[in-house]
Amino acid sequence: MSAVKLGVVITGGPYTRQASDTAYQFVKAALEKGHEIFRVFFYNDGVNVGTRLTVPPQDDRNIQKNWSELAERHKLDLVVCVAAAQRRGILDKDEAGRQGKDGDNIAPGFRISGLGQMIEAGIVADRLVIFGD
Amino acid sequence: MVMDEGPLEGSVTKRFLYVNRRAPYGTIYALESLEVVLIGAAFEQEVTLAFLDDGVFQLTKGQDTGAIGVKNFSPAYRALGDYDVTNFYVEAESLGERGLTLDDLQQITYEDEDDDWKEKPSIRVVSRRELAAIMAEQDVILSF
Repeated sequence: MSAVKLGVVITGGPYTRQASDTAYQFVKAALEKGHEIFRVFFYNDGVNVGTRLTVPPQDDRNIQKNWSELAERHKLDLVVCVAAAQRRGILDKDEAGRQGKDGDNIAPGFRISGLGQMIEAGIVADRLVIFGD
Repeated sequence: MVMDEGPLEGSVTKRFLYVNRRAPYGTIYALESLEVVLIGAAFEQEVTLAFLDDGVFQLTKGQDTGAIGVKNFSPAYRALGDYDVTNFYVEAESLGERGLTLDDLQQITYEDEDDDWKEKPSIRVVSRRELAAIMAEQDVILSF
């Protein structure tokens, strides 16, 4: 089978839902098979994957770290929806400055941008695969 | 089948279907679905909305959220015609199962530029079987 360009959307919140774990396994497997990941877009409670301030128990997986490391290894484009992120307190430095907040929490390898990035992934990718409930 | 690299945005038109399955309040899904539809409208794709299960409540008229302290965003559906979002499919079975009819829904219309700007209804009630066929025709399906 020839390589496919995939867009991935994650709408399920981390730990509460398995969506971001399943998407991680899916993206890893797709990359191992030689497919291209055009973008991973985080929406709804999925944006909560993108905070670096989570402290899960040490004997459990760290969903944010998994994604950050995978992004670094494969130069993945991890995009957090700005509107959904603002509601849920996920901020990068610029956004924290603009909103007058005293800190930012965006995790390494993630960037904050608009919903248009998700639509673009739907247009550009051969398949848009959604993980959520 | 791999699409060619290149300036795809603008040159490709895909069929986007937004599937709305949840009540308008109680969870954020309906609102955040509407936000995607509003942004997505700028991309000049073929956009269709489907309302089924409790999602049919999203279009009911006379919504009043005053007592729950949540913004009533239902008027925004009536503005979608101005963004060329004119295909609203509502599943008949979901309406019937909830004791609703078309009369319980907001009047949502658009002006048809191909027909002398005549005002036409955006909502069409379709059967579960018809909706399945509509889903099968899509390129991208986002379900909320």
